[in-house]
Order: sequence, then C-alpha cells, then structure tokens
Amino acid sequence: MPDTVSEPDRTASGAEDPRPKKLECRNLWKVFGPGASQFLKERGGRASPEDLVKAHLIAAVRDVTLDVREGEIFIVMGLSGSGKSTLVRCLSRLIEPTAGALDLDGRDLLAASEAELIEIRRHKMGMVFQHFALLPHLNVLDNVAFPLFIQGVPEAQREAEALAFIDLVCLKGRERHFPAQLSGGQQQRVGIARSLAVKPEVWFLDEPYSALDPLIRREMQNELLRLQSVLKKTIVFITHDFDEAIRLADRIAIMKDGVLVQVGTAEELVNHPATDYVAEFTKDVNRAKVLSARSLMRPASPAAQGYERISASARIDSFSARIVDAAQPFAVVDRRGAVIGEITAAAVIDLLAGKERPAP
Amino acid sequence: MTIETADPRAARRTNFAGLGRWVVPAALILCAALWFAGTLWPGLVQYPDPAVIPFSNAVSGVMAWLKAHFTPVTRGIAAVIDMPLRFAFNLLSKGFKIGNGAEATVLPRLSWVGVTLVMGMLGWIYGGARLALLCGISFLALALFGLWEDAMLTLALIIICVPICVVTGLLLGILAYRMPVLNRWVIAPALDVMQTMPTFAYLIPMLLLFGASPVSALLATGLFATPPMVRATLLGLAKVPAEIGDFADMAGCTARQKLWRVMVPSAKTSLMMGVNQVIMLALNMVIISSMIGGGGLGYDVLLALRALKVGQAMEAGLAIVLIAIVLDRLSQAIARRNQTPAQRPGLGRHANLWIALALLAGTTLVGLGVPGFVKLPASATLTTAPYWKAGLDWVILNWFDGIEAGRVFLLLYFLNPLRSTFEALPWAGVLIALAALGWRLCLLVAVLVGFCASTGLWVPAMQTLYLCGASVVVACVLGIPIGLAAARSDRVEAWVLPIIDGLQTIPSFCFIIPVVMLFRVGDVTALMATVAFAIVPSIRYTNYGVRQVPTELIEAGRVSGCTPRQLFRHVQLPVALPEILLGINQTILLALSMIIICAMIGTRDLGQEIFKALAKADSGRGIVAGLVIAFIGITADRLMTAWVRSMQDKRGMR
Ligand SMILES: Nc1ncnc2c1ncn2[C@@H]1O[C@H](COP(=O)(O)OP(=O)(O)OP(=O)(O)O)[C@@H](O)[C@H]1O
Ligand SMILES: [Mg+2]
Repeated sequence: MPDTVSEPDRTASGAEDPRPKKLECRNLWKVFGPGASQFLKERGGRASPEDLVKAHLIAAVRDVTLDVREGEIFIVMGLSGSGKSTLVRCLSRLIEPTAGALDLDGRDLLAASEAELIEIRRHKMGMVFQHFALLPHLNVLDNVAFPLFIQGVPEAQREAEALAFIDLVCLKGRERHFPAQLSGGQQQRVGIARSLAVKPEVWFLDEPYSALDPLIRREMQNELLRLQSVLKKTIVFITHDFDEAIRLADRIAIMKDGVLVQVGTAEELVNHPATDYVAEFTKDVNRAKVLSARSLMRPASPAAQGYERISASARIDSFSARIVDAAQPFAVVDRRGAVIGEITAAAVIDLLAGKERPAP
Repeated sequence: MTIETADPRAARRTNFAGLGRWVVPAALILCAALWFAGTLWPGLVQYPDPAVIPFSNAVSGVMAWLKAHFTPVTRGIAAVIDMPLRFAFNLLSKGFKIGNGAEATVLPRLSWVGVTLVMGMLGWIYGGARLALLCGISFLALALFGLWEDAMLTLALIIICVPICVVTGLLLGILAYRMPVLNRWVIAPALDVMQTMPTFAYLIPMLLLFGASPVSALLATGLFATPPMVRATLLGLAKVPAEIGDFADMAGCTARQKLWRVMVPSAKTSLMMGVNQVIMLALNMVIISSMIGGGGLGYDVLLALRALKVGQAMEAGLAIVLIAIVLDRLSQAIARRNQTPAQRPGLGRHANLWIALALLAGTTLVGLGVPGFVKLPASATLTTAPYWKAGLDWVILNWFDGIEAGRVFLLLYFLNPLRSTFEALPWAGVLIALAALGWRLCLLVAVLVGFCASTGLWVPAMQTLYLCGASVVVACVLGIPIGLAAARSDRVEAWVLPIIDGLQTIPSFCFIIPVVMLFRVGDVTALMATVAFAIVPSIRYTNYGVRQVPTELIEAGRVSGCTPRQLFRHVQLPVALPEILLGINQTILLALSMIIICAMIGTRDLGQEIFKALAKADSGRGIVAGLVIAFIGITADRLMTAWVRSMQDKRGMR
C-alpha cells in the first residue's frame, strides 16, 4: 500500500532541507481592482486589510513568502476563496503578481519577457487543472501531444512521446477517444499526461482531484505517488482536503484570506499549530497517520535495547497493530540506529482512542 | 441559475423594479396629461413640421457624395466579387459561354443528376439515410418542377455569400472579443442596428452604389447575414472555460497559437450554430434581394405575385422552402457531427470528396451526349401550379363569404380602432412614458424615440407600431397557450416542435404567398403573415421556460400540497415568466421585420415608406425610415430585456 510510503526524507522540525530551492517567492502580493499596484507602492509594499477594503480592492494573496525545494511535494491548503489558486497562478505567472519577488532556479521570473516566459513554460512548467481543461475537439493522443505540437515537434516524435505518457497514466487503448467519451478520472489522467508531455521540472496541480469521487480520488493519489517516485518533479499541489494533503505532502502550507498562516510537515502542523485556525483545520485528522514514533516516545528505559526497533520517523499507524499485539514496548531508533526512546502500547492505544494529546 | 451575492451592481439594478411600482402609473398619468395638453399645444401631439430635422437629405447627400467620389472603388469591389459569383452561376446554372455570338461554344453546367446525387450523398454522410432522402428528394423536386435553373442561381448566391459572411463575422467577433471597449461602443450597437434594420433598407444603398445586379444583392445579403456570426463568435469565445485559456498559456502558446489552436476550436459548437444562422438569414435575404437584381427563385415569386399567378408563386415559394429545409438540416447535422467527434467507419474524408467530384464530372460528361442530364426535358417536368389554382378557386368559391366576413370583422372591430388610437398617440407623451419606463435606460430610449419623431415619420412609425403590436398580441394569445400545452404534455410537444421547426426555416417572404391569395392585400393579410412568421419564439420559449423549471421546485410544491393547477399557477408560471417574456421579445422583433416586408402587399406604414424609396432609389428616405424601424426594435428590445433582468435580479436568479 502506498499508504505507508513514509519516505525517510520527511525531516523533523527545525532541520534545514538540504535540497536546493527550486521555486521561491518573497513578499508576494496579488491585489485585484483598479489601481492596485499604485496603491501598494504608495504604502511601501504592504497594506492592512482595512485599507484594502476601504479602497474597494480584493487582496487574494497577501505578503506570501515561501520556497519550494527540488523534488518536493509542496501542498497548498485553505478554505475556498483563501487564495490558493491565485497564489499558484502567480507562481506560474499566469496572473501577474501585484508586488513581490519570484525566482525559479534562482532566476527572477518576474523579469522574464513574454518570449522568455513562453520558453520557460514550454520546457520547465506543467499544470493540471481542476476541471481538466482538455480541448474538446482533439482526441486523447492529440490532447497529450498538443504542448509538443505547439512547439513544432515533428508529428512522429510527438506522437511517440505522447503515447509513452498515455501509457504511463494507464490509458493505453484509448488514444483515439475524445474527452467527452471519457470518465472524469480518465479525463484527469489525460490532463496529467498532457502536463507531463513537455517533461516539466515544476509541476503545478490546482485541485486536480476535487472533481472526482472519493474512490477514484484515492486511486489517483496513489498514482501521483507512483509517478513521483519515478519522475521526481517539484510539485506544487492545491487541495482543500487535509487527508489528501497528509497522504501526499512533504510540506503543507495553510492559507487563510490570502495570508500564509503556517508552513510545515503534517506532523508539525498537528503538533504545533501556529494559530487556532490551523488547529481547527487539523482537528479531525487521524493522528496515527500523521504523527511519527518520535512524537509519542518516552525516554528509553535500560531494557529498551532488547525491544523490537522502529524508526523515529515511522508513522504510528504503520506499527500500531503490531505494538498492541506485542508484549513489550518498542524501541525508537534514529537514522544512525541509536536508540533514542521507547514507545508503549498504552500510549498508542490512547492516541488511537483520541484520549490524550501527545506532549509536544 | 447562480445566486449573485457580492455584486453591488445587481443590488442597484433591483431599484428598477422597486421604482417601477410608481413609475408606471405616473408615466401613464403624465401621458394622459400630455394628451390633454396637446389640445392646447398641438405641437406636442403632432410633431411640428418646421421642427423636422432633414436627416434624409443629409443621408442622400452623403450617398451622392460616396457615389460621386468612390465609383472606382465600388466598381473594383463589384469586379472582385463578380468573378467568383459569375463562376458559381455558370457552374451551377448557366453554363460557360466561350466566345461571342453565333459561334460561341457553351460548356455545360453541372448536371442536375450529379448535383442531386451529391446532395443525397452529403445527407448520407452527415445524417444517415433520412437526411439523404430529404436532400435528394428535395433537389429532385426542384428539377421536376422545372425550377432548377433559378434554384441553382439562388444556391450559387448563397454558396458564394456564406463563406464571406462567416469569415468576416469570425474576424469581427474575434476583434470584439479582444477589444471589449470597441465592442461596447462600436460593434455591439452597430450589430443591434444591423439586426433590427429591415431587410429592404439594405437594398437601397446597395442599389445606389452597385446598381441592380447580383453583386449588390450579394452585398446586401452579406450585410444582413453577418451579424449573427459576429455574435456567435463573441459568445462562443466568451464561453470557453477560463481554465482552457490558462492551459494554453501554460503550454507556452504564443498569442496566435492560443487564439487559433485553442480558443477558436474550443468555441466550435457556438460557431457552427452561427454558421447555421448565417445560412438561413442569407437565404432569407437572397430571396428579398431579388428585387435589386439577385434573380433566382425570389424573382420568380415576385413576378408571379405581381401577375397574380397563384400557382407559380406557390410553386416557387415551395422550392425556396425546400432549399431552406435542406440547408438548415444539413448544416445542423454537420454542426452536430462536429460537436460529438467520432470517427466514422468506412470511407475517409478524401474518398468522399473524390466520389463527389467523380459523380459531378461523370454525370456532366454524360450530359454532353444525353441532353436530359443537363436539363430535364420539358415533357418530364411536372407542375403543380394548376392544382394550387384549382384548390384556391375551390376555397374561394365555397368559403369566400366566411373568409370575407372574418376579414371585415377583424378590420372593423380590432384593427381599425387600434390603428386610429395609435395614429393619435402624442409623440411627446410616448417619449416621456417610455423613457420613464426605461428608467436607467431613459436617455437611450428618449434619444431613440426622439429620433423617430424628429424625422417627421411619427405617424407612419405609429402605424407600424400598431400593426406590429396587433400581430404580437395575436401571436402571443395563440402562441403562449400552445407553448403551455406543449410544456405540459410530451405528446403535444412531439407534434408542436417539428411544426415550429419547419415554420422557422421558411423564409419570411414565403409567408405572404398563401395569405395574400386568401385575404387579398391589406392589413388583415399583413397581420396573418406576420403572426405565422412571428409566433414561433412565443411557443418555443414558453415551452422551454416551463420545462426548465427545476424538478426540485415542482417536488417542493407538491410536497406542500399544491393542486396541479396551483402548482402551475404559483410555481411553474412565475419561474418560467422571464423565459416567456424573452420569447415575446423575440416575437416582437420578428413581427417588426415581417411587417416591413408586408409593405409589398399594401400596408400603409414605414415599410411602405421604404418600399417607395426603393422604387425611386431615394436612399435618404429609405435609410432614415429603416433607422426609425431599427430604433423602434431596439427600444422594444431594451425595455423588454431590462424588465426581464430586473425580474430575475429581484429573485436573485441569473
Ligand atoms: N479575477 C479576479 N478578480 C477579482 N477577484 C478575484 C479574481 N480572482 C480571484 N479573486 C478573489 O480572490 C480570492 C481568492 O480566490 P482563489 O480563486 O485564489 O481562491 P481559492 O483558494 O482557489 O478557492 P477555491 O478553493 O474555491 O478554488 C477570492 O476572494 C476571489 O473572489
Ligand atoms: Mg481555486
């Protein structure tokens, strides 16, 4: 089950991610309304919500600073209207940010000319849309090959490449179908194949699974993890489903009213919610799926050396069944194999029963 | 239906409805007051002659100047258009004449056998056996009636005209989409005027600039038939989901690639509907423009009507209807095919093309030896004319008294009083009342109505309004109940829909033929023809409006214990009302356009004004009268839509 694909990369709180920054934005603003950029400039690049309301401007993204690491799955979460789509559209410059800085691979993306931007999008970026955005007049093959066609890739080559991606998303045999003849899940697979066809380095997905029913959504999530284990893209993924975020994320960013409230791993958000809003968001989460052994362990007793060993970053639910059956506690070891604590069945049962919040 | 909560404009617009409560009575009182005031100052009732602004002289002056200075340009345009047109004429109808005089050799036109077969084949490819039969038999009938040559002239005009309209309309639509400001201030108003301008009014300037020729017929047709394509393009592009536009950007499309590879193809459904409308309007107009040298079937009808040859007129009219139905169904089938793209097994595109070409060439070659392939011998043609005549004679012989009594009754007790009332309406009162009704539109309405008065055409305008109003009332009184009945019963709907589909395809001109035979010329005839032509939208929108009431609403009504009648009265009807009103709006616009055509059968109104201007090639008079009609139409349309909108806003619909 890809459920338990708990990659060791998930860093514990505080540790600096060694991977280079792929996409980075600083103090990014997007304000809708006439005279917005002038308005922000006059106020030295920041404005209070009251000022904005008074000026009849809508701030969809407010002062967002974040970085996305290479090969990371970065998830943006928030309620409807919190500015997720606007943020991601700013990151891809589909809409022009009102103020702030935006770098891709350390290069200023906002300074790129129209022609440069087209080049960047043709080779470095891909995007999957919530409502698929497939071209109704093209069949699956032509839809997937469309970005290559736009670049002038010869027919034989683009068809071969498109076929490979159609194969990758398990749609072989449906190349000649038209979007209207496919189910929602199949259409989104086409959307995924199409966005991958240019072999992008940064992959944006705007609520790609929201229009799908729960079963297919789960299947598609597994598929995404599978694809990512092969392709290793830098992924920016929007969702408003926290369970989806937990399954997929390296890090999660939570937005509210255009502001980035907190960024961190799922575990950090659950253990150290920055605001009540985040706490509310994470309230109903199945903690066993989010928390790692580290956050539930107690100091090791001398006998711990003889216990069964589990990694400090292992999710509780990956060993909960075993520990409840076992007669002894488990020993928690760090990456180097040194025992750093132990974990008892009682603690796990309490957690599962929702009885006690683990001490941070 | 979406609920707009955060749009402050929506909230402001609802004021219209709130104010309407006292605006309407106030306006009526004001109007009455002005009426009395008119007895003191007659200038308020009858627009004073000295104050008439000589628009028509100005327009005539401009046209004369254009003609004087731009003759080389118009000649050039005419020459360019004439080439493909001649070619199409020769290919389909006349044959190619090489050389002069007696020793000229004539290459034959395409054989009627070939054309009929190819039409059948087209029908088969796009719509299966039924459409194939429809297309094939219709064209066969054209040949059998001996109307082949004229029918092909008409068809040739359409074949050349439609692509020009479609391309121009598409480009203009894209322009309007790209530049919303230009659209708002120039293109959209121009389209409004063009679509409400009566057909005749297009003929006059063309006649003046290009003379009586097929070219001016084609240009008038083009002007008339292009606006729906512009609108369809604009609508189609606006309807493409924003995500698709974003996708195009993300894929790295250049602006041109985005437009032509993504946006336009995604709007294909709307575009194809636009093409269908262009074809139908072009056919309608090609018939009418036979008056300025278009020739073809329209001319046959015209001649026969003038000579009161019942049978011939009927037959030529039927031929037009056949062509209309074939073109309509075929273009719709093609549009549908494009909408649900699926590969068709069997012959590929190219194979079909080659087979069609081979059929045409083959039959035409056979025609070199067998004259019957070029032209059906006279002995083989049949004419239905005598039967029509006999039928009519029989009807008149047996039912004349009844028909006549009905006609006189209508005239004496309905039309004549109405006419006198309208003719007596004070212009100032109407202006103020309508402007007050329009509320937020008041400036626009006042300017439009003011223009109508200041041209000195107030009385003819009111005569038009009277006939149009009477027809709309009759059409609604008949049409809305039919629509309601259709909405309440699937069986009725199954009957009604094909009939109104058929009525809708018939060019306006053809409605005149049967009525004029039964009721002779005059207002009653005009009323009948107009009602027949304009009734369709009132039926269609009513049916649609009632049927689209969400089932949940009906269920909610039922759960609350509504009787079927209460359900209908308190749930379905109110929810469907905006749609029904939109249908009435369409009916008004159609009636207005038809009333003008009825000038041919002796109505006394603005249409007659244009008709006379056409006869004298008096462009100023014709165009100004046309503008007055257009402004009447626009005023009616704006007021109706504003009303519907305010109603919808009030309910938070839209
Ligand atoms: N073009 C626009 N003009 C004005 N306001 C806009 C525009 N686009 C978005 N907004 C506003 O910006 C805010 C954020 O919108 P955004 O689409 O980014 O939200 P979201 O988090 O993606 O929501 P959802 O989950 O519903 O997709 C909303 O309040 C929205 O009304
Ligand atoms: Mg969104």
